[in-house]
Amino acid sequence: MRNVMAVAGKELRAYFHSPIAYLVMTVYTAICGFVFYSSTAFFALQSFRMEAQGGMGMPALSINEYIIRPILGGVLTVVLLFLIPLITMRLYAEEKRSGTIELLLTSPLTDMEIILGKFLGSLFLFAVLEALTFGYFGVLYIYGNPNAKPLIANALGLLLYGAALLALGMWFSTFTKNQIIAGAVGLAVFLILYLLDWVSAFSQSTVGQVASYIALTTHFDNFSKGVIQLSDVVYYLSVIILGVFLTARSVEALKGRP
Amino acid sequence: MIEVENLTKQYGPTVAVSGVSFNVQKGEVLGFLGPNGAGKTTTMRVITGFLPPTEGKVRVAGFDVAEEPLEAKRRTGYLPELPPVYPDMTVVEYLAFVARIKGVSRRDIKMRLDETVQKCAVGDVRYRQIGKLSKGYRQRVGLAQALIHNPEVLVLDEPTAGLDPKQIIETRDLIKGLEGQHTIILSTHILPEVSKTCQRVVVINSGQIVAVGTPDELTRRLQGFETVLVTVEGPAAAIIEKFQRVAGVNWVEPRESHDSRVTLEVHSEKEKDVRAELARATVESGWKLFELKTSGLSLEEIFLKLTTKDLGEEAAAKSEKAVN
Repeated sequence: MRNVMAVAGKELRAYFHSPIAYLVMTVYTAICGFVFYSSTAFFALQSFRMEAQGGMGMPALSINEYIIRPILGGVLTVVLLFLIPLITMRLYAEEKRSGTIELLLTSPLTDMEIILGKFLGSLFLFAVLEALTFGYFGVLYIYGNPNAKPLIANALGLLLYGAALLALGMWFSTFTKNQIIAGAVGLAVFLILYLLDWVSAFSQSTVGQVASYIALTTHFDNFSKGVIQLSDVVYYLSVIILGVFLTARSVEALKGRP
Repeated sequence: MIEVENLTKQYGPTVAVSGVSFNVQKGEVLGFLGPNGAGKTTTMRVITGFLPPTEGKVRVAGFDVAEEPLEAKRRTGYLPELPPVYPDMTVVEYLAFVARIKGVSRRDIKMRLDETVQKCAVGDVRYRQIGKLSKGYRQRVGLAQALIHNPEVLVLDEPTAGLDPKQIIETRDLIKGLEGQHTIILSTHILPEVSKTCQRVVVINSGQIVAVGTPDELTRRLQGFETVLVTVEGPAAAIIEKFQRVAGVNWVEPRESHDSRVTLEVHSEKEKDVRAELARATVESGWKLFELKTSGLSLEEIFLKLTTKDLGEEAAAKSEKAVN
């Protein structure tokens, strides 16, 4: 564990001592801010209209449903498809390019300790991003009273979703010395995994259902509604484990080559 | 301390190292000599556990690197050809990180850090970013990284590559200073390095060991005959003829001539000193003797002989012809 934390600490340090962390955080908060503003404004407009139409007796519009859910499920899941590769692309590619991979692999660390250390390091940066998002949601409490319980599901879902992308992105990073390629492969695969969900829109056959089930964003839907469903948790955990496992295989294969 | 037994390493169909065996005793400095692409780096990577061997066994401090990699790695310090440094870390941050992953206990980190920083003379840059250091300093940080956990075995891959002459001397002295405290394997394709820093040399070429021995032993073994350089003032042809008749001389070869002085290479039978006879012959004939010295085969020549087949054969053919 000490070894895992040493590697994780090094990764985290590397993020915050290079422009990557700040670039990702800036882009992320800017987009978050824009979406937050527009959905809040839309919500206010809708509420105002309802009141003007004499909507007395009808239940008030839900902040969770009108602001938080579209932000998370509609926008941020897609934005992360683009941002996560920026976080993961350097994990192995940079070590391979600079030769520091030789230091790690000749140190008394197991491959798994290195992998988990890198994964945790990137996960921590992601947790910082997530905290920024929920900072926006915190603002809602000043003017309204969103339901707090769904937020827990939202937070858990976003964390699992991000972790799954990170694990896969880390795997892509073991393929090459070139960070750009590692990032581009990540982006391409993430987009395909996202688009798979669209198949279900025109095909209700088994293929369509399977494709939709594999798609990364489908399983986030329940979380964004505030529902924690075991099958969704299992799906994301499986993707995380798969990513870690494939990374381990890839690192193993890396040793056979010059 | 390091035992390499019948090591073979293949990358797909290409054989990088084949059937290499050698031992390094505790406290010894072994030079690993060979042209680029001979398999030096591959062998070192297997010893350090970076690459698994295709065949054969490697034991470091008694631990098989394939079966107990963590124990072996804990006792090995490794400086790859390019120092494995993180450019955005400061020297101290970097060394502290390496100390942690090498298993130095939290209590000892500060002590080890201070000691290593001092030993490798990086004290005046300890708070600078490694990316902003000169190549010489970066190399020393690389060496500090290899020493931080006070390993029994040190594996240094071309530690002086790319340094300027002053830095080369400094690095060499640093390695000399480690002698006795650590068992060291050092690879190089630069010859003077070997004779200056190593007690024993393994010469490797296209993945196979071609010679093992002390620098002196190698020189002696390869010569086969002694060579004497003589500079004399007098008629070249007559001198050559006279020298040919000296007992024990195999053949005489003119090297160069300036004005009336000629420098000759006199090859004699093994273990036979013909210098006194040559001097007498010169003086008897009334020529002037300016210089008389034995010329050992330089490491450079040995290296070429061992690693380039053609040249070796040519030399052998020459000596044969002379004998007949």
